[in-house]
Amino acid sequence: MSQNVFAPWDDPNAKPLIRFQNVTKRFGEFVAIDDLTLDIFEQEFFALLGPSGCGKTTMMRMLAGFENISAGRIELSGQDIGKVPPNKRAVNMMFQSYALFPHLSVWENIAFGLKRDRKSKEQIDARVAEMLKLTRLEKFAHRKPHQISGGQRQRVALARSLAKAPKLLLLDEPLGALDKKLRQDTQFELMDIQEQTGTTFVIVTHDQEEAMTVASRVAVMDEGRIIQVATPSAIYEYPNSVYVADFIGDVNIIEGKAKPAGEELFHLEWAEGRAPVKAASQQPFSEGQTAHLAIRPEKIRISTEKPEEAVNLFEGKVLDIAYLGNLSTYHVELPSGQVIKAQTANTRRLARRDITWEDPVWISWSATAGVMLDR
Amino acid sequence: MRRAALIAVPYFWLLVLFLVPFIIVFKISLSDAALAIPPYTPTLRDGIAAMFAEFDFENFVFLTEDDLYWKAYLSSLRIALLSTFLTLLVGYPIAYGMARAPEEWRPTLMMLVILPFWTSFLIRVYAWMGILSNEGLLNQLLIWLGLIGEPLQMLNTNFAVYVGIVYTYLPFMILPIYAALDRMDGSLIEAAEDLGCSRLQAFWLVTIPLSRNGIIAGSFLVFIPALGEFVIPSLLGGSGTLMIGKVLWEEFFNNRDWPVASAVAVILLLILVIPIVLFQRNQQKQAEAEQ
Ligand SMILES: Nc1ncnc2c1ncn2[C@@H]1O[C@H](COP(=O)(O)OP(=O)(O)OP(=O)(O)O)[C@@H](O)[C@H]1O
Ligand SMILES: [Mg+2]
Repeated sequence: MSQNVFAPWDDPNAKPLIRFQNVTKRFGEFVAIDDLTLDIFEQEFFALLGPSGCGKTTMMRMLAGFENISAGRIELSGQDIGKVPPNKRAVNMMFQSYALFPHLSVWENIAFGLKRDRKSKEQIDARVAEMLKLTRLEKFAHRKPHQISGGQRQRVALARSLAKAPKLLLLDEPLGALDKKLRQDTQFELMDIQEQTGTTFVIVTHDQEEAMTVASRVAVMDEGRIIQVATPSAIYEYPNSVYVADFIGDVNIIEGKAKPAGEELFHLEWAEGRAPVKAASQQPFSEGQTAHLAIRPEKIRISTEKPEEAVNLFEGKVLDIAYLGNLSTYHVELPSGQVIKAQTANTRRLARRDITWEDPVWISWSATAGVMLDR
Repeated sequence: MRRAALIAVPYFWLLVLFLVPFIIVFKISLSDAALAIPPYTPTLRDGIAAMFAEFDFENFVFLTEDDLYWKAYLSSLRIALLSTFLTLLVGYPIAYGMARAPEEWRPTLMMLVILPFWTSFLIRVYAWMGILSNEGLLNQLLIWLGLIGEPLQMLNTNFAVYVGIVYTYLPFMILPIYAALDRMDGSLIEAAEDLGCSRLQAFWLVTIPLSRNGIIAGSFLVFIPALGEFVIPSLLGGSGTLMIGKVLWEEFFNNRDWPVASAVAVILLLILVIPIVLFQRNQQKQAEAEQ
């Protein structure tokens, strides 16, 4: 690791590129964005995650200048952009619906923005060629949008928004229609572009793996509010709420009553007559407070023999096995009826694995394996 | 077999309603005028053999000799072209406004555009006579406003003809343009603005090209009937208004020279074949693009 970790959000002196200050957006009575405050820094790769209809596109449209803000203010490089029309903002957006011009060829679509900048013909030719190469669309340059496939259209939209090399690029689900291989390639291309040009990216995605791969920070949204903003690893390892833990990746949630049991250590009473779950937490919980323990399946060990020593150890029965190729997820039913998911890497071939359905197994995890959450 | 039967229906329609009348008119145009009923010879009464025995192109030759006719054709073309253009100028903003109007308003606006069709065309043209005449509403209004002292001569001028044509054919212009604009995805304008276009540039570079087929269709729908228009120039136009439809009517009913009138009609049709074919091609291209 280099010493200079890119983390302007931790630097109190850093100036954000984008600053949302108590921004609210209403459509009639409906509140689409609810008192949102957020800083996004230059050269960030900022991912917006959230369920459908939570306001991701609305946020982008406010940045691009297509929606008026009902309350609050948005700053771009320190300037209020509330009154600046879309064509005067150094922002380009890739639309969720692509919005390709149907009467123009792929080439002309990509050149559209460059022509508005009155670039010379050579410059335009060179830039469009570069974009076509990047998105592997050279062969389709002279087709019209309706003559290419959905994934190709998505790439045209991406190329068109990239062509002007804007200061801020808004990508609304840019890779959704691509196959996995091409999506990964494009993700790395995007990261490369970002490194080369220093462009700030705000990207909406439904694919959390994608968010984890590309983003410097991830924001998880729900109903017009930002629930948590953090680096991908922090979001994954230290979610601030059950909602975030559940939204990002697979998780086991154990609900119970907290009971302090030493320094930063708690017992979670979670089922009548069973041993409490022991968990470490820096966040204090009072006696009897409801707490949720979120543990990722890969942090839970599963074995057929009883482990020698384990902080948390429970016996159960294998209910189901989800084979994911490199990993297997075991659904283990405890006598209380609760189902706990445990994940292991498939280091051995299928035939040589020893756990199958209905097998009695032991599951165990350490005190620091999970996070205790109060909501 | 069934497909052949299906295809036969439109062909039969075409045969009965277009080809047969056309052949009759064409036949008359090749006959001689006569004081008889019908006023030309030879007719079917002379026997089929005699009827088709001699074809006489003298009526067509006559059309080229009297410069009234080609002047009338040219003048019709000019009036039709100019009024098509004026209809476009008036119709496009209306269609644009309709397409931008709130969803719940659109059926009402559409109704309003079609509403004039519910009254007879003739009555509406007569109403314009009431509006444009020297003692008409418009002159009275202008005098009352103090803008003019003397009534303006508007009725029986080419101006009145343009007003009449634009008014009558406006819906034919609005509807195809509206259909094209309505289909257009609003985010395209946003994309254009996002890429650096001003509102006006976005309109020129995106909206106009995407409504092109509507503009072309509307223009043909106005131009084709306007070229042969006869009621409007004879009711609203003056003695100076020369249009081929009016000439045709006069040949037919005043001079009772059916062969010459038919020849005029045949030439008019030949002139119209060009825009009709172009129109069909535009429609076809549009249908292909939508697939
Ligand atoms: N023009 C509008 N008028 C009224 N409501 C709107 C409008 N645009 C968006 N909304 C509402 O605002 C909310 C947020 O919409 P938005 O498009 O931002 O969602 P999203 O997070 O992008 O969802 P998705 O992941 O499905 O694209 C939705 O409930 C939507 O119905
Ligand atoms: Mg969206």
